[in-house]
Amino acid sequence: MPATVAPAPPHGGLRVRRRGGVRRGEGLAGWVFVLPVIVILGVFLFVPVLMALWVSFSDWTGRGSPFSGGVRFVGLDNYASLTTGGGLATRDFGTALRNNAWYVVLVVPLQTALSLLLAVLVSRRMLRARGFFRTAFYFPSVTSSVAITVLWVFLFSYAGPVNQIIAWLGATGPNWFQDPRGILNLALGGGPGPAWLADSGFLGISWWDWLSGPSVAMLALILMAVFTTSGTFMLLFIAALQNVGEDLTEAGMVDGANGWQRFWRITLPQLRPTLFTVITLGLIGCWQVFDQIYTGTQGGPAKTTVTPAYLSYTAAFQNQEWGQGAAIAFILFLIIIVFTILQRWVLRDRPVSRRRMRPYLPKGVRS
Amino acid sequence: MRRHTAVTALGAAGLVGATVIALTGCGSGFDEGSNPTGSSSAASLTSSDDPLTVMIGSSGDAETKAVQDAVAAWSKTSGVKATVVAATDLNQQLSQGFAAGSPPDLFYLSTDQLAGYAGNGSLKAYGDQLKNKDDFYPSLVQNFTYDGTFYCAPKDFSTLQLVINTGLWQKAGLTDADIPTTWDQLAAAAKKLTSGKTKGLVFGGEYARVGAFMAQAGGRLVSEDGTKAEANSDANVQALTYVQQHLKDGTFAYASDVGAGWGGEAFGKQLGAMTIEGNWLTGAMGDYPDVKYKVVELPAGPAGKGTLQFTNCWGMAADSPNQKAALDLVEYLTSSDQQLAFSKAFGPMPSVESAADTWKKDNPDLVAFLTGADYAQGVPTNKGSADVISDFNAQLESLKTGDVKKILDSVQQNLEAIVK
Repeated sequence: MPATVAPAPPHGGLRVRRRGGVRRGEGLAGWVFVLPVIVILGVFLFVPVLMALWVSFSDWTGRGSPFSGGVRFVGLDNYASLTTGGGLATRDFGTALRNNAWYVVLVVPLQTALSLLLAVLVSRRMLRARGFFRTAFYFPSVTSSVAITVLWVFLFSYAGPVNQIIAWLGATGPNWFQDPRGILNLALGGGPGPAWLADSGFLGISWWDWLSGPSVAMLALILMAVFTTSGTFMLLFIAALQNVGEDLTEAGMVDGANGWQRFWRITLPQLRPTLFTVITLGLIGCWQVFDQIYTGTQGGPAKTTVTPAYLSYTAAFQNQEWGQGAAIAFILFLIIIVFTILQRWVLRDRPVSRRRMRPYLPKGVRS
Repeated sequence: MRRHTAVTALGAAGLVGATVIALTGCGSGFDEGSNPTGSSSAASLTSSDDPLTVMIGSSGDAETKAVQDAVAAWSKTSGVKATVVAATDLNQQLSQGFAAGSPPDLFYLSTDQLAGYAGNGSLKAYGDQLKNKDDFYPSLVQNFTYDGTFYCAPKDFSTLQLVINTGLWQKAGLTDADIPTTWDQLAAAAKKLTSGKTKGLVFGGEYARVGAFMAQAGGRLVSEDGTKAEANSDANVQALTYVQQHLKDGTFAYASDVGAGWGGEAFGKQLGAMTIEGNWLTGAMGDYPDVKYKVVELPAGPAGKGTLQFTNCWGMAADSPNQKAALDLVEYLTSSDQQLAFSKAFGPMPSVESAADTWKKDNPDLVAFLTGADYAQGVPTNKGSADVISDFNAQLESLKTGDVKKILDSVQQNLEAIVK
């Protein structure tokens, strides 16, 4: 590595000399101290990941060790059958990606906005019983997702409380967890799409299907995700809001900014690191959604709640297609990485543009 | 700083590398235990003093206890120790066992899993060595035959038949003479029984129910020997068109359309006056004591009588160290007497013909289910067929508004990819 042989940086001289003197052996001690963690993480995290990577390039059928002699390297075959094969595997993967993409598109913004709103509300000094509200909003997050899913299936059953409320309001609720129709499609009146959308597509799914929105069943799961995760992220925002200095807000008041402007121009920009954390965690959690599907819908109705994580599980454990299952997991990994990088780029610190700066400059200054 | 992290990374990578090598060593280590030879060649069985493990996917305490008692009784006479494990997720626990080279010796195996496990050599094909081989229903043996080899003994089975709510039946002015024997009569009866919230005939919108109509029209998804896809045959088109027509006119309905989880729930809640279910329905009807019902044979379609059958077998692991004892246990568990005892405990139908007469005598109300064995057809068992069927199910959910020919064409295309 060129970095190690290059001349030492200015303050590097000290490091070289540390081997002598009182501090000798410190490096070794350091390694000894972190060794247990490295071994545990290695055995239970890095090695299984590498093994899974190998499985995704192999024809392992689930019998015996994946490193035994009979298992062959098949290159990108598993990835190809998922993405370019055009068969049922491709269509299932396309369906799973479509379902999960809608889930992400709706859950991430909704939960971020809701958790920020809740955090701002319960952080107000005027509010009485702040502790109570914080606990109440946080409560869904500490409950196990399986328990919440069971509750949700009950709430959204055909004759369940949600539909009773809808009926009381004078409308008829859908049969939530049995209804595979896309909500955008329904909003546009239902029915089949125009030929130019229905006849061509991507990953075996027609553009019309990509665009028809999450199914009614998925919508119920989306509401559940927003309900359960908002509390957790509210906690992060509360912590961040406590670090926002009063002085800047007061300065804003002196300058005549109203409440909305103070929130939008002063508080929110200071929350940017937390916003990044919340959106990143939200993206990762949403792309990996599994337990709600496994306990709630098993992918039904009409495959509209199948997600890549669930598809990976069924491919491996039910169909003995271990290579495909592992390949799905790695494609999912890439998707998450790409999304994280993308949003990091969107939320990066930017110098203030001239247009934005202009109102604050004294009159007559031209630059 | 940069230099330091580089060194750390190098060290970590080295450690990970070393662990990988160590683990790979382990991998080949535990692989020695597995026995890659005797998978499909039926001849030799392993024999040792090792105790047996039996893994079951139990429907409840009654089933677990019945199997435990039976296995304990066998242990006593044979002198071989055996334990019964009720799996919480059978597929997952089996997969782990096979991957580790230490699977349970015997386990429940469904028809759609057979091809996967037989294909990768996990299963011991012991069917031809069973002493009671000729006693099993031939159609069940066919279900557990893969590549011409009879793999495992069917442990029990069930068929679909028509279940009628006798209260609603009489209220609609129908008598025993009106019990449908043709599609037209079924449609007529369903029409008379439809009133208000109650639909004439309610069943699950899936292949495992709608497929019965396909069988009555003379169609199947895959030819009987499993070598040819025939999903888009005229018979299947005719069957789905018939179902579609009556879904449209509102005399038939899917369970989900009336707000029920499955046909039995819709039937129990009287949302449907008739349903198509198997003998497991009797257990669920305990929740609805007010509903009086009667099981009759499904009406004959254009090609005569037809229904679907579902079954599980006792799978035996190729890696089992004591297959001789395992085979003996299977023979004991599938014997006529033992199957009748299971039937009494938790309700399945015996898979051997010699138990039929006693079973019919013991369960006079359910005779139609066993009669179905004479003409029932199995579900496809080709590797990957489970995926095709779940895709078919997804399309069947919108059969009411869908294009029958188009649905079946897509199933045909998917099946052709897996049938060789």
